[in-house]
Parts: sequence; C-alpha cells; structure tokens
Amino acid sequence: MTTNPKARVAALGLLIALATTACANGASQSPSGSQPAGASNPASAPASAGAALSGSINIDGSSTVYPITQAVAEEFQKANTGVKVTVAFAGTGGGFKKFCAGETDMNDASRPIKAEDAGEGVACTTNKVEYVQLGIATDALSVVVNKDNDWAKCLTSAQLKKIWDTGSTVAKWSDIDPSFPAEPIKLYGPGADSGTFDYFTEAINGKAKQSRSDYTQSEDDNALVTGVAGDKFALGYFGFAYLEENLDTIKAVEVDGGAGCVAPSKEAVNAGTYKPLARPLFIYPSLKALARPEFAAFVAYYLDNVNTFVDETGYVDAQPAVLDKAKADLAAALK
Amino acid sequence: MTAADHALTRRRPKSERVIETFLFLAAGLSVLTTVGIIFVLAIQAADFFAIVNPIDFLTGTVWSASIEPFRFGVLPLVVSTLMVALIALVVAVPLGLLAAIYLAEYASVRTRNVIKPLLETIAGIPTIVLGFFALNFVTPNLLKPLFGSAIGTYNTLAAGLVVGLLITPLIGSLSEDALRAVPRGLREGSLAMGATRFEMIRRVVFPAGLSGIMASIILALSRAIGETMIVVLAQGTSPKLTFNPLESAQTMTAFIAQISAGDTPQGSIQFKSLFAVALVLFAITLILNVLSNRIVARFRNVY
Repeated sequence: MTTNPKARVAALGLLIALATTACANGASQSPSGSQPAGASNPASAPASAGAALSGSINIDGSSTVYPITQAVAEEFQKANTGVKVTVAFAGTGGGFKKFCAGETDMNDASRPIKAEDAGEGVACTTNKVEYVQLGIATDALSVVVNKDNDWAKCLTSAQLKKIWDTGSTVAKWSDIDPSFPAEPIKLYGPGADSGTFDYFTEAINGKAKQSRSDYTQSEDDNALVTGVAGDKFALGYFGFAYLEENLDTIKAVEVDGGAGCVAPSKEAVNAGTYKPLARPLFIYPSLKALARPEFAAFVAYYLDNVNTFVDETGYVDAQPAVLDKAKADLAAALK
Repeated sequence: MTAADHALTRRRPKSERVIETFLFLAAGLSVLTTVGIIFVLAIQAADFFAIVNPIDFLTGTVWSASIEPFRFGVLPLVVSTLMVALIALVVAVPLGLLAAIYLAEYASVRTRNVIKPLLETIAGIPTIVLGFFALNFVTPNLLKPLFGSAIGTYNTLAAGLVVGLLITPLIGSLSEDALRAVPRGLREGSLAMGATRFEMIRRVVFPAGLSGIMASIILALSRAIGETMIVVLAQGTSPKLTFNPLESAQTMTAFIAQISAGDTPQGSIQFKSLFAVALVLFAITLILNVLSNRIVARFRNVY
C-alpha cells in the first residue's frame, strides 16, 4: 500500500485521533478497493467547537471529487460526532439527477452543471432546487497505461481523439503509431454518467459525450484502475488522485496539447501547461440544505480546510482567488 | 365415480370449499404474476420499438445505450450471453455427468451422503462471492499464466468458467436423481446378460435416464443465461460484438444490472431499452423451457 513516509505519519495521526476522540465514527461509507486515502490531519480537526451539531448529510456526485469530500466528511464527523455524512459516487451527471430531484444535500461535480439539460438545470428549476457553485480544486485528468507499457510515453490530442472518438477504428496499438506493438488495445474509461467522461470527450473529441462505446465503462474509478493494472495493453483515463494512489501498478502518459509533451502533475497544472486536460472541480450545496446549521457548518469547514485534503488526495489546490470567491459566494448564500 | 362418492362431494362442508378457493387463488396468483410481468415487459418494450425498429434491434451489431450516438443492436449482448453459457456448459456437463454417474452407480451410501450435500453447497455460495473469485483468483492466477497479455482483466472466459462451476452441482444432482430413478430390474437384466458394469451404465442406465439428464442440462443452461453477478464482476462492461473469450464483453443481464443500478430516468430511451433486452432474455428462457419439455416428452421411457 502506501510507502510514502508522510502518509505513514498521517496514518499514525489518524490512529491517535481515533483513540483520543473515542467517537462513534461509523458513518464513513467506503467501498471496497483502495480509495485514495485522505482524512488524516488531526491538526485541522476542530471544526466548530460551538453548540453540538446533529443531523445527517447526504452527498452524491463525481467519483473524481469523491476522495476529497470523503476525507473532509471523515474529519468533520470526528469533530462533530452527532452529524452523519454519507458520500456516494454516482458520477457527476448521475449525482445531479438526484440533486435536482431534491434527494441529496450537495453534489460533487467535475464539470459545471448543464443548465439546459433536462435531468440537471431544467429539473433543478422545475423542482425549485436552488444551489451555489463553489470551486474547490483542480484536477489533471490523467491518461494512464499499465506500468509494463514501455512504448506509449506521450500521446498527442489528435492521437487521443483518434483512439476515443466515435467510430474510431483503432483496435491495435499499432493503429495509433506504427512503432507501437501490433497488439489489441484494451480501453477503460468512465461511463456516460461521469463528469470525467463529459470533460474528456469535450476536450479531446470536440463535443461532450461524443465517444466510441465499445470500451470497458465504469463510474467506479477503482474498477478502471483494476482493469489497467492487470492488462499490459490497456489504456484508460480518470482523475489524477486515482493515478497517484496506484503508481505501483499504473503510470501516466504525457499529453501533447500542441505545445509539447507534458505529464500530469501539480506543477504543470499550476503553470497552466497541462492542456487540454486540466479541469476545475466543484461542489454544489443546495440553498435549502444550507439553512440547516449542521450542513452550513460542513460546507464552511469544507472550504476552510479543503487545501489540506486536496494535497493529501493528490489533486491541485484551487487558485486562492477561486477559493476566496467560493467563500464569498457561500457567505452570500447563507445570508 | 360411484353414487356414494357423489353424495360425499355434494355434502362437503362449506369450510372445505373456502379452503379450495384459497388454494385456487394461490395457484392463480403465480400465473397472474407471470402474465403481469409479460404484460409490463410487452408494453414498455412496445414503447421502445416505436422508436427503434425491431429488426434493427435484433440484427444490429453495435450496442451503445448511454453514449451518443445511441445504437441499439442487441446482438453483442446476446452473443456474449451465449458465450458465457456455452463455456459454462463445456465445464459443467462433463463434470456434472461424471459426478452423477459416480454418485448413482459407484459411490457407497456413506460416500454419497457426504459428497452430494457438499456438491450442493457450491450452488449455495452467493454468486457475488463467485464473481469476486473469478475476477481476483481465476483471471490473475489461472488464466494470466496460460494466456499472458492476450487476456484482459475482465474477460468472458473467467466468467464462463465460474458460471460453469456454479451450475455443475445442478446438473450433477438432478442427473443423479434421474439415473437413480432407472428401475433396478433394468440394471439386473443387463448384468445378467453378461454386461460389465460400465457397459450396463453406458448402454442401459444412461439412455434410460436421458430425459432427466437433458432436462437438467437445459435447466442449468437457463440458470447460466440468467446469471448476473458473476458476469457483472468478472466480464467487465464493454458491450461489443466479439467471439474472443479472452476479451471483455457484456451480457444481457449485466447490461440490465448496470443501467438499473445507475440513475437512468424513467421514460428515457435507455430505460425502455431495459425492457426490450429483458423481453429477449425472457423469450430465450421460454424457448429453452419449451424445448426442455419437448425433449423430456420425446426421450421419456415409461416403465
């Protein structure tokens, strides 16, 4: 698992925090597999030391944002033992459908809400679900291959489009570049409910949701990691955190968006050179839910501490201006 | 019917008629449920076929239910389903029949009393556990060393093999019952004619029990076609038309599971496509059942 010394110290901290708080922290809903771990900085634990909060918070949405929200939720629950936070990952689109039906308090999103989509913006208007969009981090959407892949070091946007576009005829690696092996290429990617899918198809294929369909699709990024990790001739794409967490079995492909090959990294995202796959991540709390004190406290805690968790999960901190705007927007929404 | 019988029927107490009505209702309810299911399937599927041409649906080779442009050619799902079932039968028929012959003809009563319940335990393992076993043991530890990088993490072969494991006890147990039902006189006659034990089994007992054996195989085939959890876990989710068992694909049941578990809004084309696929699945199992009845009737020997 993790051999990173920082992570080990953090894990120790988590242990201590667990032992000292002696709280009934039973609500963490973690699916099987290795979700990028976070939730381990006891220094940031005290959230709101005021009156004891209670209630339950229901969150769904992007599997890319999931590790951050899950980490925030775990720490928040340690400080507020009366609040139960459930975080699921139906995908950005799947989550918005529930959110706009009024079933969840907040939606994690790896792309902005689609105002004209029947299941999203339109449904939110019809059902009078008002929300505020808060930017929380940046992701380097990563194209990944098996660790034994020694040929695909860098792919251009055009090559990615050739692989993934609708009607693609790429069946072997050699169809992309004659110097690649003449072996069948096995493709793994998110399904149509995923914001990662929407973002990737728009950035690479030119139109959101325009993609070939004969690849292994899953809204669960761990299923994709498992697929690529077990298959030398695999190629897949998903959020940076899932790459960082599994570097022993998979590795990133550099992407050439026109200005040379760039590997996904925090530095490249901050320098603005990881194009076209660097993308903002959001949370969408509903205004109705923000009227509940425990949920308002949760979202405030989220924005105050998000950078800690973003660092741990492997994503890139949002620009300070983005977070400041998010905090101002939240304050305005809370009035 | 004698006059006395007739008198008895007429003088039956009221309570008995009430009970009889209840029994009839119980029997009728299960029939009604089935009719209801067919009705709902047909109505929703009719909605679907108003949009998608049934011929395109049945002969199309591209299935893309959630990624645009939407294509609803069901053949990839059907082929994948049949591949899984075929691989399962290749495993389960020989294994099951050999087990049945051993248990019915060779095993001592004590051995049989131990082995048969054990065999049936396999059928009781939750299929999600078997699916996990296929994905995390069969593929990496058994198939990878054999096929190397030609085999994917998710593949049809592992799913088929483990489904085969699941239906082996079904064939074994039911075939054993069929073999044991063959009258003792036939066996003794055969042995008395100088047949060896193996000849007796091959020439007399096996043909005599054939109708039951065929029925057990078809029942197992239906079970394999309807199996969901193992294929969801081990076969992956890539609906493509392929006859290569080393690749990932998607069965009809796995597609239904994937779409139902997601957030498909009611009334959308994807939602309706579920019913069309379910109808195909239903039709296939129905045909198999009818076939099974025919075969049983055709091969049945009455003693």
